[in-house]
This record gives sequence, C-alpha cells and structure tokens, in this order.
Amino acid sequence: MNIDLWPLYKQMYKSRLFEEAVIKLWDEGLISGEMHLGTGEEAIMAGIVDHLIDGDALALDHRGTSPMIMRGVDPILLLKEFIGSPDGLCGGMGGHMHLFSKEKLIASSGIVGASGPAAAGFALTAQYLKNGNIAVAFFGDGAMNQGMLMESMNLSVAWNLPVIFVCKDNDMAITTVSSKVTGGNLKERARSFGLNDYSVDGNDVEEVWEAAGKAIQKSRKGNGPSYIHATCFHFEGHFLGDPLLRVARQPVKEMKQMAGPLMKSTSKIAGASVIKRAVSLGSIVSILGKTVKNELFSRKDPLTLARSKLEKDKKRLQELEDEVKNEIIKTVSACVEQA
Amino acid sequence: MRNMTFAQAIEDSLAYAMEKDSRVIILGEDVHMLRVNLFSRFGKERVRSTPISESAFLGAAVSAAMSGLRPVAEIMMVDFIAVAVDALINHAAKVDGFTNGKWQVPLVVRAACGGGYGDGGQHEQCLWGWLAHIPGLSVVVPSNPGDAGGLMLAAIKENGPVIFCEHKLLADYWLDYLGSGGRDTVSFSVPEQGQRGAVPDTWEAVPLGRAKILRDGSDITIVSVGVGVHRSLEAAVLLDNNNIRSTVIDLRSIAPLDAECICKSVAQTKRLLVVDEDYEQFGLSGEIAARVLENQITIKYGRVCTKTTIPYSRKLEDETLPSTEKIVNTALLLMKD
Repeated sequence: MNIDLWPLYKQMYKSRLFEEAVIKLWDEGLISGEMHLGTGEEAIMAGIVDHLIDGDALALDHRGTSPMIMRGVDPILLLKEFIGSPDGLCGGMGGHMHLFSKEKLIASSGIVGASGPAAAGFALTAQYLKNGNIAVAFFGDGAMNQGMLMESMNLSVAWNLPVIFVCKDNDMAITTVSSKVTGGNLKERARSFGLNDYSVDGNDVEEVWEAAGKAIQKSRKGNGPSYIHATCFHFEGHFLGDPLLRVARQPVKEMKQMAGPLMKSTSKIAGASVIKRAVSLGSIVSILGKTVKNELFSRKDPLTLARSKLEKDKKRLQELEDEVKNEIIKTVSACVEQA
Repeated sequence: MRNMTFAQAIEDSLAYAMEKDSRVIILGEDVHMLRVNLFSRFGKERVRSTPISESAFLGAAVSAAMSGLRPVAEIMMVDFIAVAVDALINHAAKVDGFTNGKWQVPLVVRAACGGGYGDGGQHEQCLWGWLAHIPGLSVVVPSNPGDAGGLMLAAIKENGPVIFCEHKLLADYWLDYLGSGGRDTVSFSVPEQGQRGAVPDTWEAVPLGRAKILRDGSDITIVSVGVGVHRSLEAAVLLDNNNIRSTVIDLRSIAPLDAECICKSVAQTKRLLVVDEDYEQFGLSGEIAARVLENQITIKYGRVCTKTTIPYSRKLEDETLPSTEKIVNTALLLMKD
C-alpha cells in the first residue's frame, strides 16, 4: 500500500476548518449544550476513515463531527443539525452528540463506551452477510474502563468479528487524569483479550494510516478484530467552555470564582488533617498545571506535521487549502443565513 | 436564615453531614473538581474520583453501604444510570427484602437530571418515575435550596437507598458546566425561586414522603416536582386572572409518595392536574391518578408531561417539555364542564 498524503491532509484541513467555524457559532450562542470537538484528533480520523469502503460501519462517541465530515456526510446537513434546524442531518432532534447517518451506517452515542458494543453489532451483520465489510469503534482512554467496552472486545474476539477498536488516548477523562484511575496498561489489556494490537502516534497521519491499513485488511479477510492505540491531544479540552481550559486561559477571571469558596472550605475546622488537605489542594494545582502546560508548550498539531511534508509543492497546497476554505465558507453561510 | 443557591445548599448540607459522621464518603467521576470544596476539606479518602465505570463504582457503593459506610455515589447525569442500573434494581433495592429486614443499604445516589438547555435526549431525561417503579428505592426531587439541603440530610440518614435528583436548571454549576460553558450568548428559563433562596442556619432533615402545599385554592389541584413546581406556580398566577383558584403541591419525594396530601386536596377541588417533566407513559402521573381512584375519589384529571424523546433543538425542546402555557391550557380544559 502506498500512502498519498494529499487527500489525507485535505480531509484533516476540512475537518479543522469546519470545527473552527463551529467554535465561532457556539460562542455566538447558535449551538446549544455541550459541544465536544475533535480538533487534535484529525490524523487518527483521516488515517482510519481513508481505508473504509461502501458498507463499512462507524460507531462514534460524543466527538463525532470529524469522522462524519471525513466519511462524506454533507457538512451543510451537519452544521444545520448543530444549530437545531429542522432540515439538519437528524431534523434537529439528535444534535451534535447524537449524530446518525443510516445511508453511511454511522451511529453516535453520548454514553461513554457505547461505541464498542455498537461496532460489534455492525460487524456481526457484516460477518453474517459475508460482504467483506468491517466496523470501527472510536472512543477515548476514559471509555477503556467502561464494562460494556471490555465486554464487546471479548465478544468480538470470541466471535472473530471484523471490528477495529480505536482508542484515542489523551490521558484525560473530562477533568480526571486517566492514568490515575486506570489499572495496568491499556495496550496489554487489549492484547490480553486476544485482539491484534497496534500502537501509533495519533498526531502522525502516516503512522495511523499504515497501522489502520494492516488492521482493516486483517479484519476484511476474516482474521479477527484489532485494537489501535493512538495518542492525541484535545485542543479544546473535553468540550467547549472546558472548566480547566477556562482557568488556564483566563486565570484571573476564573480563579476569582473558584478561589474564595475553595479557601473558605479548606480552612474549616472539621475535616481531614492539614497534610491531607494540602495533598488535595496540591492535586488540584497539578491538574490545572497539566492543562496550562499542554496549552502553552506541549500541544502537537497533527495538521502542522502533515502540512510540513507537503510544503515542497506550495502551489498545489495553496490550491487545496483555498478550495477547502471556499467550501467551508459556503457551508457556514448556507447555515447561518437560515439561523 | 441564610441565603444560598440550590447547589450551595446541597454542598453545605453534605459538608454538615460529613463533619458529623465520618462514615459518609463521596465517590463519582470528576468529584475532585465538581466537589472541589469538599475534596480540599475532607481529602481524597472521603471524596474519591472514580474511573468512568458506573457499574463498578455504583455496585461497590452498594456493598460499601452494607458493610458500614454511608456512601454518596454520584452519577454525573441520571441518563448514565442506565449503564449501572443493575446495582440499584437487583441489589440495593433487594437486600432489605432478601434478608427479611436484617440488612440495609444506606446509600445515596446523586444524579443531575432534567432539560431546558439544549443537550439532547440522551442527556436531559428525568427518569425518576422509572427508578421509583422499583420497590425498595426512594426517590427525591427537590425544587428549592431549603428542601435540597434538608432532603440531602434525610437521604444520608435514611437506612435504605435514596436517589437524589437535582435538576440542572436549579443547580447553577451544572448549567454553567453543561449548558453555557462560560459564554453569555445563551439563556435558559431558570426559576429564580428554585435557584436561590432561604435555608435554615442549621440543617434539619426534611422527611422523605412528605409533600408541601405551596398555595391553596378551591378549584383545581396541581401536583408537581422539581422545575415543574415553579412552572405550576407561574401557571397558578395566570389562572388567578381567569378567576380560577388553584392549589399547588410540591411532592418533594416521589417514592415514598404522599398520596394522602394529594387525596385530601382533590377531595375538595375535584380536579387534578399532574405536571411531570418525566415521561408521561407508565410513570408518576399515572401512578398519582391510580392512588386517587383507589381512594374512591371521583375527579376530573389531566396531565402535562414529556411524551417523546427530548429534541436537541431548543425550539423543539421547548415544545416538548412541560411549560407554563401548557399547564394553563390543560387547567382551562379541566375547568370546562
């Protein structure tokens, strides 16, 4: 298999611009509720979705925008759904956490871990119909501790189902550092279920693409389910308005609200020992510190990496980016005019 | 009297209980941040952040309660309880019965519930009627800060499992966390009387299963819980303008249900209107009608509930959830002979 980085970068760029438009619309109040973005996950999505063929299924979590875009769901329908329009993808009924496309066999869920059993079921149909199709489940590191996901891994191995389990690991479950509430090693855990396992840098679309190609080929040929462990970073935290990011970005404003009650409560007479209280405060500071550090220094952008490899053909790159920009501008104006 | 928000009242009452009783611990996802004040004061042994493993930590909370602790387990949103409901239905609710009353499960499950902020049908349900269906589970739904703190204390003191449902429009931090995310470009219909109010200087338990009559009127009895209580009170004012005098009852607990209070009132008014943000079918509204009929009271009956999956679109959501307008219209229908 020879990799062509151009279409992969195009997908990633399109997804990024779409989601950046979403941030703006959310800020303006046109999108309601919790909006979970996939900015930072684009290399994982592009590297996997590129291998899918007609009839393959996707089971998504609450961060489904990017794979929907890359699988070819009409971005206008998608954005209209986000603003709750009656002619959106799901008629304004589902919203951005509950996205579905029957035509493309894509189902999302806001219940953590639910993509595992869902993908197993799609794969069961494919296996039964012997159509060579596969199913992919996307989920985060937090979901790896959810019973139903582990059960679906076991079931998929026991029945040799064509499932690709993709763990997008950013080591954060909302405000909890995942590794602090997770026993053992996730890759070993997957291996112990009997899954074929692959480990990749989720910022590197070429690495993801190659691993996904091998895993998907195996599944198509009836050689069982796989687990792909891909590290990544979420630019917008858990969701837009993420409380940790708010503190990291506007410490003075946000800490003002938090600090008063926190200090008052911590200094109450009854409670844990002074040392235990200090440990608690220390762990809060360390979580905030991790967020600030990521925000300022550690952020790796999968688009920057992919783009740097295409820069030698500046003209083609410019044309590609202009084309995508125009498409996103058209998408947004088609939706905003209506809103 | 002190003045507090709904969320502060729950936290203050919990802190009071934790101060008095070292067996009270908190466990749930992200509680080190969501309950940061309690976490910093009582430490990580008593405020324990869990993995996203609801069936594990809720199941563990049941047996921790059986062996001497008094856990307050947090399910971030009541919708997610579906993942772990075995711990409640088949275990927490059954131990007392199976042991012929010899062994109890003093467990509190705290769950955010309710809609009105555009989060979609998998994140805005109430589900209290579904939980109250199970014998052995108590379910409370406070509508204001005073009751929220008092019911939390009662729930912790109770020797059986209690589900404590806190509506996201009332608990302001939920609305910030899940609804607005710090932006000021969205607005929500928050009942002010429910979101902030007077609470006692020292917490006292509000007994489970005792409803509160909030206003007295001779024409119609409106029964509700949570945010529905405030919509009902607004409707009652509008009905006054039509010369219709309504009684409004805040149930506060769904299980146990204060059927006596309802029956006494409808025996006078002969008209019953149930306002329930939970689903209409097979739930609280039907149960209340059955209790009244069992008491051989003949009434005219109506209900304003959620009938379908809650839509994501704010406009469609507004049309789906109980509203003051729907309550008034249904009451007017009941007043026709």
